[in-house]
Amino acid sequence: MENLSEFEANQKDLIHILHKIQAEYGYIPSQALSSISKHLKISESEIFGVLTFYKAFSLKPRGKHLVTICMGTACHVRGAPMILDELKRQLSIEPGETTEDDLFTLETVNCVGACALGPIVISDGNYHGQMKTREVNKLINKIKKEIKE
Amino acid sequence: MDKISITKLEEIKTEVTESRKKQKTDITICGGTGCHAYGCLEIAQAFKNAIKKQRLQNQVNVRTTGCHGFCERGPIVVIQPAGIFYQRVKLDDINEIISETIINKKVLDRLLYVDPRTGERIVEEKEVPFYKKQKRIIFGNNGFIDPTDVKDYIALDGYKALTKVLFNYTSEEVISEIKTSGLRGRGGAGFSTGIKWEICRQSLADVKYVICNADEGDPGAYMDRSLLEGNPHSVIEGMIIGAYAIGASEGYIYVRMEYPLAVKNITVALKQARDLGLLGESILGSEFSFDINIFRGAGAFVSGEETSLMASIEGRRAFPRQRPPFPAQKGLWGKPTNINNVETWANVPLILNKGADWYSKIGTKKSKGTKIFSLVGKINNTGLVEVPMGITLREIVYDIGGGIKENKKFKAVQTGGPSGGCIPAEMLDLRIDFDTLTKAGSMMGSGGMIVMDEDTCMVDIARYFLEFTQEESCGKCVPCRIGTRQLVEILTRITQGKGEEGDIKKLIDLAKTIKEGSLCGLGQTAPNPVLTTIQHFRDEYEAHIIDKSCPALYCKDLIVYYIEPKKCVGCLLCLKSCPVSAIKGERKMVHVIDQDLCIKCGACLDVCPPKVGAVSKYTGKKRDRILKKAYSIRVRK
Repeated sequence: MENLSEFEANQKDLIHILHKIQAEYGYIPSQALSSISKHLKISESEIFGVLTFYKAFSLKPRGKHLVTICMGTACHVRGAPMILDELKRQLSIEPGETTEDDLFTLETVNCVGACALGPIVISDGNYHGQMKTREVNKLINKIKKEIKE
Repeated sequence: MDKISITKLEEIKTEVTESRKKQKTDITICGGTGCHAYGCLEIAQAFKNAIKKQRLQNQVNVRTTGCHGFCERGPIVVIQPAGIFYQRVKLDDINEIISETIINKKVLDRLLYVDPRTGERIVEEKEVPFYKKQKRIIFGNNGFIDPTDVKDYIALDGYKALTKVLFNYTSEEVISEIKTSGLRGRGGAGFSTGIKWEICRQSLADVKYVICNADEGDPGAYMDRSLLEGNPHSVIEGMIIGAYAIGASEGYIYVRMEYPLAVKNITVALKQARDLGLLGESILGSEFSFDINIFRGAGAFVSGEETSLMASIEGRRAFPRQRPPFPAQKGLWGKPTNINNVETWANVPLILNKGADWYSKIGTKKSKGTKIFSLVGKINNTGLVEVPMGITLREIVYDIGGGIKENKKFKAVQTGGPSGGCIPAEMLDLRIDFDTLTKAGSMMGSGGMIVMDEDTCMVDIARYFLEFTQEESCGKCVPCRIGTRQLVEILTRITQGKGEEGDIKKLIDLAKTIKEGSLCGLGQTAPNPVLTTIQHFRDEYEAHIIDKSCPALYCKDLIVYYIEPKKCVGCLLCLKSCPVSAIKGERKMVHVIDQDLCIKCGACLDVCPPKVGAVSKYTGKKRDRILKKAYSIRVRK
């Protein structure tokens, strides 16, 4: 499926390849495993082992909008767990899951290094700092509204 | 650009300084992570547009620089050479800054920083209390450098140390200089950098590697990121010097994938260095050749451990392995490898420029130089602070950090990330260096400093860190994989009010076993948050276990939210904000929380106006009474 000729036929390029496919498709399609395996001459099970070890790669497609919440220590002491609870309640999903309508994927991240703004929610790359539980609803509705438009 | 010689490097420096002199004013906008999130890019663009519109391009230069460190007050704009420090600048302020400050030379009072203690407005950056006690030898240049332009770095004596080393020093002399300086690794353990280099230099092999560890995984620590984003060439120069001393021909910078801006800036910087001949074949015309690759991590905390990091570069799972052999003997692809942290590398050019003697005068007897900490959490001045080793915790928290948010009571500071520990208020006068922190049961780690106040529950913090390490444990060693899980389960039970007598002893025994039975730093240090919180805050554990109460009023299962009937004015604010409609009441009637429906999200407490202050949290016996009363009302109905 993929044109992998830009990469060396060496295991050291495996993570680079996975990064590229993840960026292109938003996940690693299962067919990709066999093409990588052929190109790098390593077993599919080895590739599977590597890709499931790292958080950056996913075997399932993501929703249209990615909502990420920072669970770093600074955000934690400023109330991130409350915000996460509210996000889970509003979207009716657990972190790592996608809503049934494929609109939202909820993810947690260990620290985005913008601790002055904590607690932080990032929606499709936009930072929303100093979040409050009551603002979660507004944020989700705003994204939904944008989808309709 | 042509490949350059030493004279060309000097020419670039003169050229930049001369052209700066012609332009009278320099508007610098902080482009660090925090300011990015505040929207500094739009501000920079708006400045550029406005300057163009007013035809001021020849007199005014607009630049986005590296992080200034004072993230709390972003977006930060500094007008040079006057050094006027504007904070929390908004798009609407731009026209006024140009018409008043740039053209009429008047300072805009409302954008200045106000010292909360004296009420005084402060004009210059260096006079702001946040910066006054700092010693910004590594981090200070960030504010003057556009990280995407190598010329800015050269203008500030960049690559001067490299030319000095390449043509005047033998590799032994470089190592001896670093050894004399007393520099210790900034990644956490604090091993002598000079000795590390020496061991690697003495290992014989056809190929050797140097690696920059920028897999800054500790939550709440972001100084490495700011260095890479704000001053990438200082790290690159350090690596080239290190490679020359060790005899390495290839280098890697391993960056966390959560840091896209760092990846971008370092990629640009590497290209510029290569174009100028500062990397690649025969650097600056010398006989030394060396190049650097960038490697994006893939989201695994354990890959910050050196042997795991190398496994990751090799395209495998980031599993740590037994040491010895140490990486200096057998590292990447079995070849001698030297790994240092970002901040360590950034110290190298400085030491060679100013001399080991100058450097070793800063700091304490055994910890030399400065350390960058990220001061975050319940603190007034969140940001990155660079201080000399040996400064007291009190000076950092109160003089630089401006004290605790909302004047609450300081409880503890957590250093060293998930591997570190909590230092209580009694130890505020501790002089901070590698050894004092280890002695206090914590560690320097990468330099995260998370401040906690009376509202932070220490049992919950221990649970938080253990949940983190449990999730990040690679699973190789049984004590770490299963032991951390057991710790999380016991701690969770305690925070839910299901703690049993003997739990504390169980936690301590298990923690000690994990420390002894794990292969790498992750497992060996993972129990530290539990052990230090038990050591310093045993009373909180006992309150949870015996009284089923959370003194910090944090643990959801142990508290209730309650509206004081005497204080409630019936304004409907909390009623409207409750996401589960658990609050009953009418306008001008006392509101009541239905304890069965309440999910304890705290929205009512947030919105209740401070002067009313009707919503309170209770734990322990008072909580039981409130619940009992709520129950009896329900039965009566």
